[in-house]
Amino acid sequence: MTASLEVSRLAYAYPDGTQALFGVDLRIERGERVALLGPNGAGKTTLVMHLNGILTAGHGTVSVAGLPVAKGSMQEIRRRVGLVFQDPDDQLFMPTVREDVAFGPANLGVRGEELQQRVKDALERVGMLEAIDRPPHHLSFGQRRRVAVATVLAMEPEILVLDEPSSNLDPASRRELAEILRSLDVTVLMVTHDLPYALELCERSLILSGGVIAADGPTREILSDAGLLAAHRLELPYGFTVGRGEET
Amino acid sequence: MGAGHHHQLYRAGDTLVHRLPPQCKLAAVAAFAMAVVATPREWFAAFGTYALLLAGVVLLARIPPGFVLRRMAIEIPFVVFALAIPFVGTGERVSPLGLSLSLPGLWAAWNILAKATLGVVASIVLAATTEPRLMLLGAQRLRLPPMLVQIAMFMLRYLDVIMDEMRRMRVARESRGFTARDVRHIPVIARSAGALFIRSYERGERVHLAMLSRGYTGSMPVIQDLTASARQWLLAGTLPGAALAVLLGTALFGTGGVGA
Ligand SMILES: Nc1ncnc2c1ncn2[C@@H]1O[C@H](COP(=O)(O)OP(=O)(O)O)[C@@H](O)[C@H]1O
Ligand SMILES: [Mg+2]
Repeated sequence: MTASLEVSRLAYAYPDGTQALFGVDLRIERGERVALLGPNGAGKTTLVMHLNGILTAGHGTVSVAGLPVAKGSMQEIRRRVGLVFQDPDDQLFMPTVREDVAFGPANLGVRGEELQQRVKDALERVGMLEAIDRPPHHLSFGQRRRVAVATVLAMEPEILVLDEPSSNLDPASRRELAEILRSLDVTVLMVTHDLPYALELCERSLILSGGVIAADGPTREILSDAGLLAAHRLELPYGFTVGRGEET
Repeated sequence: MGAGHHHQLYRAGDTLVHRLPPQCKLAAVAAFAMAVVATPREWFAAFGTYALLLAGVVLLARIPPGFVLRRMAIEIPFVVFALAIPFVGTGERVSPLGLSLSLPGLWAAWNILAKATLGVVASIVLAATTEPRLMLLGAQRLRLPPMLVQIAMFMLRYLDVIMDEMRRMRVARESRGFTARDVRHIPVIARSAGALFIRSYERGERVHLAMLSRGYTGSMPVIQDLTASARQWLLAGTLPGAALAVLLGTALFGTGGVGA
């Protein structure tokens, strides 16, 4: 079976010369939920931008469900990879929730009744259907993030990529978002440094550090390896411990 | 958040006028304004009829007259300007109540006031019955330059966000003991404005990335189909149609007013 996402030997330097990625290899199977952990400046956002061709690889390849990211395949790649940005105000740029969720599928040529249905389905899945005709800036931060998830779900992506989904959320919104993410049956790659959130949602974790994948394994194992975490500037919240293997 | 200050022109309702597609209303108001501007200033009766026509639309849209009057405040600078003309104007002079006023100046003032007032009221009615975003969709349908329409769309969406950022920056300044009192503080305000510009610019870049990520290729996709029926166009055409009839009728039969 082809992987949902396959990245091999991906390297990238910004135009100013900053080398952000030094050869990233990773493979995510269909239906997996994977956390991408890493300290600030590790290159997480840079990697994410490669997944749908916003940045083009200096070296190496990215392919989504077998389709390589390349100039000619951009529209299809962007349908397959649903990117949820860190700040929902960047993601929600249309005057109403309905128009915002419709924006992606409309760009793919979906029109009329089918478009409306997709919008409703996507909002239903994140529990925001009742906000359909409201302007995004009248919603709470947590609600905006859920709508941001809906905007990419409406494109029926192969893989959902979230950049810091739990940042700035209060505990209740954080839990609600977790429930939503767990209820979706899509492949998820979640970028975060919220380690408990990764443990809660993802069976597998990767550590990106210094522009390479430094660790790859079951989340529980990675989070119980204090030495590994410390080596990559990752810390569990005060008082939080993860037992290796056995239930806690 | 400074939610909705710029939406207060709109007044929700479900009347015939509210339901008309926005492009019909936009075109109607533009045509009406052209008829008003084309009317010679001496045709008092014609202006009177235009005012009655607008009053009819206000009634039909169930907009309280006070709502329109309060929003007419936007016209005050023009009124002040117009009122000054008879005092500073040249030419033949008249002196009612012991004031020395220029006659051509009086005509010029009347011309500006009458036409501006009609135009402003028509625009207020349009804005009161059309949601801002629909107005923009209407403009898009009328093939106004897409770049301008998109810019306006983003302004509509991000005005609150930017106002909020501005407010946060002011709070940050003031919580460090700064309050703008006199001209010496202008450089500080200017630096804040610069920072705000950079922030907004960076946001613009991020929004652009978000748009690209969802398949944007340079033009806004059609999301809401706003086709207008011939009946709706006809209905919207009533206002400019009637104004045009008055204009042409007066031109042909000369029942306009003192000067005709
Ligand atoms: N636009 C840019 N130009 C130059 N360097 C950048 C740019 N964006 C990020 N970087 C650099 O690339 C590295 C990785 O950044 P980023 O991918 O944003 O990390 P993360 O998301 O993991 O915090 C950092 O050293 C950062 O300073
Ligand atoms: Mg980042």
